Amino acid sequence: MAESHKTRTLLVFRHPPYSSSLSRSGLDTALAAGAFEQPVTLLFLSDGILQLLPQQDSTSLGKRNHGKVLASLPLYDIETLWVDAAALSDCGYAINDLPEAARLADQALIRDMLAQHDHILAF
Amino acid sequence: MKYSLLVLSAPDSGSGNLAAVRFAEAVIDGGHQLYRVFFLDRGAATGLASTVLPQDEQNVAGLWSALAKKHGAELILCIASALKQGVLDETEATRYEQAAATMLPGFELGGLGLLVEAMADSDRMLTFGG
Repeated sequence: MAESHKTRTLLVFRHPPYSSSLSRSGLDTALAAGAFEQPVTLLFLSDGILQLLPQQDSTSLGKRNHGKVLASLPLYDIETLWVDAAALSDCGYAINDLPEAARLADQALIRDMLAQHDHILAF
Repeated sequence: MKYSLLVLSAPDSGSGNLAAVRFAEAVIDGGHQLYRVFFLDRGAATGLASTVLPQDEQNVAGLWSALAKKHGAELILCIASALKQGVLDETEATRYEQAAATMLPGFELGGLGLLVEAMADSDRMLTFGG
């Protein structure tokens, strides 16, 4: 892998967990990027924030728990999960309901993130 | 300019997959480099050879295959996504004792590391679908 330049990629999650495999594919992309030491930022918009709820239990669905995948991200040097503040309050949640790694992003910050990354991959 | 594409939508659902192959053709026609197309999640169904479409519907997978044949475009199906959807090359069909290989010519199976490499090495990376 070329090391001449480190591109920064924003991974945007807009869909809830378990309704499709899309968000899981996004998390797998984050893990792979971490494993190959490519800098990525994770941003959860709209229903994507539902992936972060700590009480989720996917046992009866026969799927892997997204919360456990998210909890493993610090092992891959992904320490922060950016959350659309408006989407969070629209869903009736507060930052205290989310894992410690979650940080609120307002509209201005989200705009900056979209503008400042080299690539945006949307899941 | 060096372009890579991430295709998340299945060829038979919506227009994301068709938009992606049209974009890929435009990249090449515009004199740019198409570095890699990575098919992830439902996008990996693009490489399924045993799909049968109604006669009046566009065969999007055929457009991708033609792109690979004509221009040598690198078309990578995420191996985990592909296996889940029954897209197997000869090696995987043998490994998992399945009756037949089901992957279209022009496609290859590969890991997410190839997507990460495309992120690192491309000037532009576009998502289709999702």
